[in-house]
Amino acid sequence: MIGQARLLPKTWVGWGLVWLGFAVLAVAPGFMTPFYVGLTTTAMIAAMLALSLQLLVGGTGLVSLGHGAFYGLAAYVVYFLSPDGAARPIWITLPLAMAAAGAAALVIGAVSLRTKGFFFLMVTLAFGQLVYSVFHDTKLGGGTDGAYLAKPLISAFGFTFEPTGLPRSKRSWPAYYVALAQLAAMFAILAFLLRSMFGRALEGIRVNESRMRALGFNTYAYKLAAFTIAGALAGAAGHMWAMQSGFVNPELIGWHRSAEALLHILLGGIGTLAGPIVGAFAFIFLSDFAQQITERKLLVEGGVILAAVLLMRNGITGLTWPWRPADRRAHDATERGEPADPREAHVDD
Amino acid sequence: MTSAQPLPPLLETVALSKSFGGLAAVRHVSLTLARGELHAVIGPNGAGKSTLVNLLAGAIAPTSGRILLDDRDVTRLPEHARTHLGLARSFQRTNILPSLTVLENVRLAAQAVSLPARGLLKAPPRDGSLIEQAEAALVRAGLPYGHGRISGTLAHGQQRQLEIAMALAARPKVLLLDEPLAGMGPEEGERVAALLKSLAVEHAVLLIEHDMDFVFTVADRLTVLVEGSVLATGRPEEVRLDAEVQAAYLGGHA
Repeated sequence: MIGQARLLPKTWVGWGLVWLGFAVLAVAPGFMTPFYVGLTTTAMIAAMLALSLQLLVGGTGLVSLGHGAFYGLAAYVVYFLSPDGAARPIWITLPLAMAAAGAAALVIGAVSLRTKGFFFLMVTLAFGQLVYSVFHDTKLGGGTDGAYLAKPLISAFGFTFEPTGLPRSKRSWPAYYVALAQLAAMFAILAFLLRSMFGRALEGIRVNESRMRALGFNTYAYKLAAFTIAGALAGAAGHMWAMQSGFVNPELIGWHRSAEALLHILLGGIGTLAGPIVGAFAFIFLSDFAQQITERKLLVEGGVILAAVLLMRNGITGLTWPWRPADRRAHDATERGEPADPREAHVDD
Repeated sequence: MTSAQPLPPLLETVALSKSFGGLAAVRHVSLTLARGELHAVIGPNGAGKSTLVNLLAGAIAPTSGRILLDDRDVTRLPEHARTHLGLARSFQRTNILPSLTVLENVRLAAQAVSLPARGLLKAPPRDGSLIEQAEAALVRAGLPYGHGRISGTLAHGQQRQLEIAMALAARPKVLLLDEPLAGMGPEEGERVAALLKSLAVEHAVLLIEHDMDFVFTVADRLTVLVEGSVLATGRPEEVRLDAEVQAAYLGGHA
């Protein structure tokens, strides 16, 4: 009767689709060329960034344009950890990258969360561009051109996995599976958080923050906790980027990255946890397809996204069967906070 | 009508003032509220009643003066911290979490004050003390069933009752009710009157209300606010006879 967590699947069919999606990803490399294994890895990294941002956007109602800063910062941490080109093991680089991103989010969030709505959007944008210009306008981390780095080693318990030992056609597999494992772990962590009473409080803040404050919730502390966790998780995505690509440049930090993540959420569905993943995949593969058929890639991308957002109000994952019974559609409407029956809005007035 | 008990006040304001720019909305208001007392604040529109509630709840900060809750100075304490000290409020305009179920609205109110921080990562319970606390508050506020409904779909009067249930679920010592009758029918009004009287036994209740007849039937004490200042305060029958009050305010109503 308290209702289910908003962003999580409501039925076993929904959960089944999530499991099916991860299962398909687990076996997919066996059926793909190395190029598409690499492209899918890129999509999973974009999905991780969008997923981490969804804790703020869909989970707390905070729209940030500075999320890319934590992603890029984490990638630079990998670079700074291997200054002489000596690769470090992932169990050192990943926690440090996440800790650095989380610490930056704590500081930036502590200031930004003093503002709300449009001003919050602008302050996070400003902070993001500030971090961007630190790397863009100084010699730090190779300046404008960026720098190559030693990819973290896949190693644990003294055992190191060497991708070069694999046949050429399978060299992209290790990064793929590391990305998949992290994506699945991030989904599980966020599902756990959203289901908890902490996540319920965030949902309350999304719906009506001033009421939550009056009920006795220190809403600033809750939002700052969410912002910090989201920043640390974006750090995992940035670390994974460094691990796959082997280089960093300031473009990883800029607001484009944040805007792209927001677009992935919008495209996939602002009201579900799976939405950002689906949106990121749809976007990356659409982009690849557009590149193959035309030289006007951005025009095709823009047109398709515009149409998708206009036609699918709740994104791809928000699609329901056209023959869905009317009472369920009414239920969906009330979930969005609209009166199920327009007449009810005037009762007793 | 019981006379005011000689109990120490639970809530007290000392020369409380609030100005918005050049407008003095509340001026040097000093009032006390004791356990077992239903203290109504009345006054014409723009008298500063809602500003007073917002000051007491901590939604806005006073320009000068002090607020004491249970002998503790809470003037600079943020809104959420005051709730933890036993102050709960309802709003003049319905203020709920419309996309959540009725029970979840009230459960969150109980969670805010009754859940220790280490319990935050647990899934919300289906039963147990938080749910009992929430359901008891709903029953008391007159909503014994329909707890699974999305609260935004309730009729207006029921949303007003939910508003009161959310305040009760925090198990407060002091209740600030800002026009709880607004938009309710006469039948619901009678039920709320009975509820307020029963609440005033164990709580200290500060009631802001427009409806004069209603106020005179339920209140133990009245404070008349005009242009932000206290014009008169005392037992209802005393206030009713006050010449100044009659001239300034009640004349139009009596």
